Amino acid sequence: MFEAILLTVITASTPLVVAALGELVAERSGVLNLGVEGMMIMGAVFAFAATRYTGSPYIGILAGIAGGALFSLLFGFLTLTLVANQVATGLALTILGLGLSGQIGESFVGQPGIKLQPISIPLLSEIPFFGKVLFNQDLIFYLSVALIVGIHWFLFRSRTGLKLRAIGDNHGSAHALGIHVVRMRYLAVMFGGACAGLAGAQLSLVYTPQWVENMSAGRGWIALALVVFASWRPRRVLAGGYLFGAVTIGQLHAQAFGIGVPTQLLSALPYAATIVVLIIISHNRRTTLINTPASLGKPFVPDR
Amino acid sequence: MRIELEKRPRVSGLFSVVSPLLALALTLAFGALMFSLLGKDPMDALYSFFVEPLLEVWSLHELAIKAAPLILIAVGLSVCFRSNNWNIGAEGQFTMGAIAGSILPVMNPEWHSPMILPLMLVMGMIGGALYAGIPALLKTRFNTNEILTSLMLVYIAQLYLDWLTRGPWRDPQGYNFPQTKAFVTEAVLPEILASGRAHWAFIFAILAAIAVWFMMRFMLKGFEVSVLGQSERAGRFAGFSARRMVWFSMLLSGALAGLAGISEVSGSIGHLQPIISPGYGFTAIIVAFLGRLNPLGIIAAGLVLALTYLGGEAAQLSIGISDKVARVFQGLLLFFVLSCDTLIHYRIRLIFAGAKPEARG
Repeated sequence: MFEAILLTVITASTPLVVAALGELVAERSGVLNLGVEGMMIMGAVFAFAATRYTGSPYIGILAGIAGGALFSLLFGFLTLTLVANQVATGLALTILGLGLSGQIGESFVGQPGIKLQPISIPLLSEIPFFGKVLFNQDLIFYLSVALIVGIHWFLFRSRTGLKLRAIGDNHGSAHALGIHVVRMRYLAVMFGGACAGLAGAQLSLVYTPQWVENMSAGRGWIALALVVFASWRPRRVLAGGYLFGAVTIGQLHAQAFGIGVPTQLLSALPYAATIVVLIIISHNRRTTLINTPASLGKPFVPDR
Repeated sequence: MRIELEKRPRVSGLFSVVSPLLALALTLAFGALMFSLLGKDPMDALYSFFVEPLLEVWSLHELAIKAAPLILIAVGLSVCFRSNNWNIGAEGQFTMGAIAGSILPVMNPEWHSPMILPLMLVMGMIGGALYAGIPALLKTRFNTNEILTSLMLVYIAQLYLDWLTRGPWRDPQGYNFPQTKAFVTEAVLPEILASGRAHWAFIFAILAAIAVWFMMRFMLKGFEVSVLGQSERAGRFAGFSARRMVWFSMLLSGALAGLAGISEVSGSIGHLQPIISPGYGFTAIIVAFLGRLNPLGIIAAGLVLALTYLGGEAAQLSIGISDKVARVFQGLLLFFVLSCDTLIHYRIRLIFAGAKPEARG
């Protein structure tokens, strides 16, 4: 029983963690992309479509990543090349993504999907309890763990990561030092898009292997909140993501048990929890100021 | 090829006017392309999407019905966005306004009085404003990002409405449909003309747009909005308080969204039900930007976006295109509006590979 619940918590948390990690890298470079929800849903529909046509969920994963990354290029072109307002453009990306995915996916509604099967790691998966929970998972879970380790190393141990953080904190100085601000931001935005796409693929291949319109259901926005919660540190995304996953699954189980509370109230819990967590994290202005990338959301036009 | 931006010495007056039109033209061109990819004749499709709904009296009424909430909400949002407060939860404030405004007709179904309608409208505005007050309070008191909190509150408001209409407020004689009792005639917003369904919400929208336009143009408060939006520091020197502006802009936009909500329920639907809006609160964001955050421009933009809703329905019937195309149009339009706005502040230069950068002294 406990093991089963833990497994569903992991499944519910993985897309949040993956999408939040991608957005974290983009925000560290100083770009606030509010289009996570849109990129995620595009990833979900691309992954579902590719899986249906090829029969392979692995090709589906690649398609989801590509879909999210390509879609984020649209955001990149507007905000980085044309220096459009990042908040407005992010909203546009979400609105367009929800519409476009609905149209692309219209013929998939009600069609059966193909579930991504778990890969059990030899030996490790035989450990009692932990083996089943941690080492008999699908590829996207393993990728999410690798991403946390990889992004932490990249941001805080690698030269390029240092440059990326420099751009996010002061793009003017970074530009003066000869760092290609716009080019690096493009890459960071695309990485964010790819991660959101991967998270979307998880939704339509693992979490509920089918296509439902608006199936991201606000997870992209929760991922954005997670980045704030994590104070732009990759390892804290893990804690936050699993907290939200646990709340989501907890309320589902409470609904199933029928504890006499309206189901709508329980369904509202993850959203209410997001607000509460944001209050707790943000109320200390000084720590927020220290952690937030200083150039976040500010337009940059290189002087030549 | 590379694209370089060069800041214009002053804002281009020409492009301030041309850019929304350019964006519309680009959206139409893209739409034509999309329709031909779907295997439809693009001209036919565009005609039934954007022209046919304008040819009949009843559909002009529908246009006014759909434009009213969009304009009301977008006018409020324009004040928010101009003052750099990113309220994107108007859909939730719309819902809460509808709920608060419906308290009287739902709880007292036997009360017939000419007082009921004005009270409903006021309560709707209060409901929307109070709900927008939550992100305002959180932003001023706890420094919490209003984008995320206002959006999360949308989901909560929708779930609350869902619970009300399926639970305590459900009409017991309603054959198990999740909806409240139909409002009494005194609680229904009257039609403007005898020729069709369009009701007073459209008048409210025009009045609100003119009032906010007047405020932004001729009153100190409007100046305060723009100054604080462009530079909080400059605003402080002038003695303006950014904190009070958060409250002002959020409460104003919440009240207008709430008014839109109760007007929609009272005028168009006639009872409460789980879903009362095809995403007006989000589409209004597009309206606000297409109208260049100017209340008078927003009236025109609201009519354009209302046309995409109608066109979506019309095209579905006449040429069998999914009504989801409307959402795609709306998203594309916002993208083109935002890109064309670049032309107002910058000159765009294309630099081809091989060209040498000119020397600067």
